[in-house]
Amino acid sequence: MKVTEKDVTYVADLAHLELTEDERARMLRDLNSILEYVERLNELDTDKVTPMAQVSDRYGVDESRQGSERFAYASREDVRNGLRESLPHEGALGNAPDTDGTFFEVPKVIER
Amino acid sequence: MTAATEVASLTIDGVRNAITERRFTASALAEEFYAQIKREDPEIGAFLTLSKERAAAKAAEIDKLADAGKPLPPLAGVPVAIKDVMVTRGVRTTAGSKILENFLPPYDCTAVARMEAAGAVMLGKLNCDEFAMGSSTENSAYHPVRNPRDKSRVPGGSSGGSAAAVAAGMAVATLGSDTGGSIRQPASFCGVVGLKPTYGRVSRYGLIAFASSLDHIGPFARTVKEAALVLRTIAGRDPMDSTSADVPVPDYVAELEKPVKGLRVGVAKEYFGAGLDPEVRAAVEAAIQKLAELGCAVVPVSLPHTEYAIPTYYIVATAEASSNLARYDGVRYGFRARGARTLSDMYRLSRDGGFGMEVKRRIMLGTYALSAGYYDAYYLKAQKVRTLLTRDFDEAFRKVDVIAAPTCPTPAFRLGEKVNDPLAMYLADIYTVTANLAGIPGISVPCGENHEKLPIGLQLLGRHFDEATMLRVAHAYEQARN
Repeated sequence: MKVTEKDVTYVADLAHLELTEDERARMLRDLNSILEYVERLNELDTDKVTPMAQVSDRYGVDESRQGSERFAYASREDVRNGLRESLPHEGALGNAPDTDGTFFEVPKVIER
Repeated sequence: MTAATEVASLTIDGVRNAITERRFTASALAEEFYAQIKREDPEIGAFLTLSKERAAAKAAEIDKLADAGKPLPPLAGVPVAIKDVMVTRGVRTTAGSKILENFLPPYDCTAVARMEAAGAVMLGKLNCDEFAMGSSTENSAYHPVRNPRDKSRVPGGSSGGSAAAVAAGMAVATLGSDTGGSIRQPASFCGVVGLKPTYGRVSRYGLIAFASSLDHIGPFARTVKEAALVLRTIAGRDPMDSTSADVPVPDYVAELEKPVKGLRVGVAKEYFGAGLDPEVRAAVEAAIQKLAELGCAVVPVSLPHTEYAIPTYYIVATAEASSNLARYDGVRYGFRARGARTLSDMYRLSRDGGFGMEVKRRIMLGTYALSAGYYDAYYLKAQKVRTLLTRDFDEAFRKVDVIAAPTCPTPAFRLGEKVNDPLAMYLADIYTVTANLAGIPGISVPCGENHEKLPIGLQLLGRHFDEATMLRVAHAYEQARN
């Protein structure tokens, strides 16, 4: 068992999840079973392999251009409303569970 | 007006021609499709929301054009439906999750806007696994979807609603999303065509993010030609998505007619190993034989890292998901738990109440893989193996023009069969996840049935930004088979 009950509590806390007793037990079992399967990646020697975070930096780009020039098509002037008008205030608040009409409302941030 | 059976066999061109020739109106056609949905969907469960007002307005606009004798756009009056992970202005968008149960987006997804600009009539929003996380659509927070070909079986997932809607004649074409196989696998299970384009080919603007480096939008249709037509409509650079590529979009439909003779079709033994159902193997091998008869050269290739694709995928995808889903905090939109006394309790209780088990599991796995002390061992390791998997394809595509493989190891499984075993469910994507990790295009085309009449899919994979060749081979196969 790689993942312990303590790990589950710690990770749930990082992820802002509460989890019931039952969910914690399932999580412990499932994470261990998935990570055990993931262990097989260690069969591969990757010391000299560069990590890949994205596809779009290596395919479909103009190879004759270097650095940020390659992605010149994706940049624009830094101006107000560069691509479109910002959402109106009502639009931005429209889906909020609690507002006072101007701000989002949340429970007290400072515990006292 | 058309009868129900006719509705279920209409093509995109058929609709446009009929409206041009005034055989029926777009408005009447939309009504026919809503009637079809009313008849079929109670047993299938493909739709989560119907957008009747929006459909009626679009159909009226097309009818006005037709009345005035004006030329009609390519998808004029075509009834379509959209996976509920693409935001639609003013039309409820849930991502299959309770956390977005009442979410009314303030803007439209680019792919949806392009479909409507081309004349398509959006009937509604389609059921899917919660946040597109799943392979059977059983993770929908609303209700499961049943496979129209056998209602005791799943339609696949996560775009199960998108595949089932086309298979049951409830839409002529649909859009889905594919992060690890979520378009191709359900297309295979439901016996329709499903296409995942190259990463960057279709804008992701307005696609609710699951794993940003792996997410793709693509079409479902009954024929390759129609999938090509929808792809042509939605593809191309969008300034609202900086990862959408600045690569010209060919006329995919015109390209279909080019000959396939002399094209090289790669076959990788790694896609025909243990776990492949014998009837699926036989059907896919027969399809490859058919391609050989059409004059393609069948060339063995090797993709040696294939067995590492699933573990790589489940680290990369969950890591990205844990970050993307951090936005659901009950503050700006979505479900908020009541009665919390502090802000951090409110976050936790809202996320706990709003997310389903599979979403929590993936957030936990991703958070663990990114946490201090484990980042190098899991996330960095997976990113490195991702490089190796991508190099496998680079190498193979030096020798071949497309790769042919099964889409899935088995036909559609039964509802409930894998729901309590996440790892078994993940393995349903074993032949599809690599294309997402490498960003190459893939398509699933029906290639037969097993002894229980369950559909089997042939998967074709292409080079980056070369959907045209992949579509051409898929079309030639489809024509030869029919």
